[in-house]
Amino acid sequence: MSADAEVNGSPPPVPEGLVMGKDGMAVLVDVLIRRGFTVVGPTVRDGAIVLARLLSADELPYGWGVELEAGRYRLRERTDGAAFANAAGPQSWKSFLHPARVREWSADRVEGEVVFTAEPADPPRYAFLGVRPCDLRAIAVQDRVLTGGTYRDPGYEGRRFGTLLIVVECTEPGATCFCVSMGTGPAAGPGYDLVLTEVVDVHGHRFWVRSGSEEGAEILAELPARPADPDTRETARAGVTAAADRMGRTMPEADLRELMAGTLDAPRWDDVAGRCLTCGNCTMVCPTCFCTTTEDVTDLTGDHAERWRLWDSCFDLDFSHLHGGPVRASTRSRYRQWMTHKLGTWYDQFGSSGCVGCGRCIVWCPVGIDITEEAAALHDWTRSGAPAPETEGE
Amino acid sequence: MVTELGPVIRTRPALAVWKFASCDGCQLTLLDCEDELLGLAECVRIDHFLEMTPSEGADAQRARPAGRGPYDLSLVEGSITTAEDAERIQHVRRISRYLVTIGACATAGGIQALRNFADVDEFVAAVYARPEYIATLETSTAISAHVPVDFELRGCPIDRRQLLEVITAHLAGRRPRIPSHSVCFECKRRGTPCVTVAHGTACLGPVTHAGCGAICPAYGRGCYGCFGPSSRPNLRSMVAQLRRDGMSERDIQRVFRTFNAASPEYAPVPDLAAEEQHGPPA
Amino acid sequence: MTAVVPPAPYRVAGARAETGDTRSIELLPTGRELPPFSPGQFAMIYAFGVGAAPISVSALRGPHGGLVHTVRAVGAVSTALYGLRPGDGVGLSGPYGTGWDLEAAAGHDVLVVAGGIGLAPLRPVVHEVLDRPAGYGRPAVLIGTRTPADLVYRDEVESWCARARVEVTVDRPGPGWRGSVGVVTTLLDRLDLRPDRTCALVCGPEVMMRHTARDLVARGLAPHRIQVSLERNMHCATGHCGHCQLGPLLLCRDGPVVGYDRVADLLLVREL
Repeated sequence: MSADAEVNGSPPPVPEGLVMGKDGMAVLVDVLIRRGFTVVGPTVRDGAIVLARLLSADELPYGWGVELEAGRYRLRERTDGAAFANAAGPQSWKSFLHPARVREWSADRVEGEVVFTAEPADPPRYAFLGVRPCDLRAIAVQDRVLTGGTYRDPGYEGRRFGTLLIVVECTEPGATCFCVSMGTGPAAGPGYDLVLTEVVDVHGHRFWVRSGSEEGAEILAELPARPADPDTRETARAGVTAAADRMGRTMPEADLRELMAGTLDAPRWDDVAGRCLTCGNCTMVCPTCFCTTTEDVTDLTGDHAERWRLWDSCFDLDFSHLHGGPVRASTRSRYRQWMTHKLGTWYDQFGSSGCVGCGRCIVWCPVGIDITEEAAALHDWTRSGAPAPETEGE
Repeated sequence: MVTELGPVIRTRPALAVWKFASCDGCQLTLLDCEDELLGLAECVRIDHFLEMTPSEGADAQRARPAGRGPYDLSLVEGSITTAEDAERIQHVRRISRYLVTIGACATAGGIQALRNFADVDEFVAAVYARPEYIATLETSTAISAHVPVDFELRGCPIDRRQLLEVITAHLAGRRPRIPSHSVCFECKRRGTPCVTVAHGTACLGPVTHAGCGAICPAYGRGCYGCFGPSSRPNLRSMVAQLRRDGMSERDIQRVFRTFNAASPEYAPVPDLAAEEQHGPPA
Repeated sequence: MTAVVPPAPYRVAGARAETGDTRSIELLPTGRELPPFSPGQFAMIYAFGVGAAPISVSALRGPHGGLVHTVRAVGAVSTALYGLRPGDGVGLSGPYGTGWDLEAAAGHDVLVVAGGIGLAPLRPVVHEVLDRPAGYGRPAVLIGTRTPADLVYRDEVESWCARARVEVTVDRPGPGWRGSVGVVTTLLDRLDLRPDRTCALVCGPEVMMRHTARDLVARGLAPHRIQVSLERNMHCATGHCGHCQLGPLLLCRDGPVVGYDRVADLLLVREL
């Protein structure tokens, strides 16, 4: 059984694939740009590996790794020069597919009539370079949320439809990663156009590349690559398999959906409420959190109005606003909403977990609240002394 | 100045700008709306605004400090620090249909509210050569401590776009879109990596009211809370985090003792900081 | 590439005061016409420059042949909608959400229980049941309001009396009020309820719906025969903004009308 199938049951990749060096990566970016793609990938900026538009492969974070802990992220130099030996950064791909701020339409009052104007939709064709397997799954999760129901978000569809996904498998998980628990990595699942595995050893710095779509295969054919030798393939697979054994975090061995549904009254929510700042960072960095709010603005004349859509967060007091007051006023209820939705009710609403185990919410929480630790505490509570529904607690 | 003739002008709401104890920075934000100023002048009649009124001549006469009123919209800058101002704000309220405080001074008492935590006579004696010339109240207080306020705009100084939003919302008859969540929302929406998490920089963003557009973290420094507290801030957890980021008890007290020092939400900070340093009181 | 579809332009064909803070507005399309609404479904109505709010349809066909919505001025958007006059333009999108399950009510005694403006989304049900009496069992309409002046559709409610059991109760009676006083659940005692043959449709403040449903269950009505119409914050109505969650439900999509059997436990969790 291959490492891939062992980790998350992915379909067999194009069997042999090709191998290319750093020069191949440079050509890949050039080919993508020549084909009209806006290439987005990781690059070092502001002391972090961010996702930004790339004009050349030189901008990739060659030689940079990261140290991750709850509430802590630090860049650190790597001696091996690897570009992708670093786990999830401060942003996710939703920044591009489901942007933080979008104008949806505008309206003008013309002689008493209201005239609506749709926003012209002309999104760039993105090529995402360096999508992690967990983030590939996150994109699939957002696909289901925003295009899988009765109503499809046409803006998202327009941006997502033409996006080329170039996945890089994980060989260097962070201390906050738990994709194995969520079944999303470190090997790539389905949905990519190209998948790369980076190998740096005595035989050099190289990438094992396979295609997952016709367009991926076309692009692959343009790269200066040679047929993959067994040694590279095995080293690459071994790197991914080893990564699966080096997850920094794990979720408790439990049905998380049931755990969430059964612990709504757990005292642990008060405990986490004591630490939670309700700052909203976890939701904003989460690659699947999709909530938005609307902003209706007018100009000074009052005759021109616009509808904007912004990222929102269930941690905002105003999120559950109703005439008469917010439904979720306490911090306890807001944290509980986020976590039970992510791990539990997401299944009811969208048919899967909302968590892909990328660990961003753990890293980017300023006070280091750890969703795996909270889940474990809830799990412990159910196993030891949780009052049964019909009896009084101790 | 726009002429006061013609039918259109009669329908324009009258705007007044008032100054109490403050540095003028917030009302100057109005003049800073360079691209929108002409449009604004077509939509509202700026009836009282000393900062943009000649000091001599007919206009100066018309806009004398007391103002005549009534005004549809009054923007009030500054805190109440003298007995005269405590009376004047009553007058402003009487002649204003909708009163908006602009900035940290008017909304929370401003930096000058540091006197609230000390003996103002000592300050006066230390600062002024002739203390007997100074007549001042013992405290600097927010406008809302004196009169009902219809809307409070935060910031030191206020944000230009938020000021325009308050005015246009007032003109359109809608609630201003001024969210009270944390600055973190704004950092994340603009894609700024968190300075606390990525650099270990102490930052008040998680408990600070949004509105500035998260300027400071975009330049690699921590938020220092010039917009005051966000809705229901968890100061206990924030203080603990500031300790972990290396701040001393004294530093923590001081970082909250700035432009919004007198915000009631910050009142527990000294005790929380002491607890973090020395453990809970016995 | 497709863009986000803006609301359809509609204009106010008629407006009618219902109570001191509540008006009904009838809307006709000035361009694109929305698909037909079912009783219990809602529209997002956009008040120019102010914003949009979810409002249930309160009559499928008004005097001018348009859609009727009843709004109570409580927030910025609803106050703007309340202030609309004939000829004013609005934006309309919909129909959204689940309607009342009238198929489930077919052949049953239909019990409508409304609190305050909660009668608005139920009014099309009353119209349907009274217009097609052969399709249903005995109809009953129970209404609770704060004061007599808060009763919406007063004339119409009186006109229903000939064809249905109609009871109105108020929390605070005014001078001249000779009807019932007390919460709406007290009216249940006066009904000759046939639990196995009744379908109850309930809309009002959440606490009122909870108590009504609980009392109906206590009287032998199966929870799945009780439908309630729930309210949460809504921004998009298309299941994408996340605001209207009630545990596993997205109320814009899975609601607003849901069977009480699905939400009885959820409504007991504080701040869910």
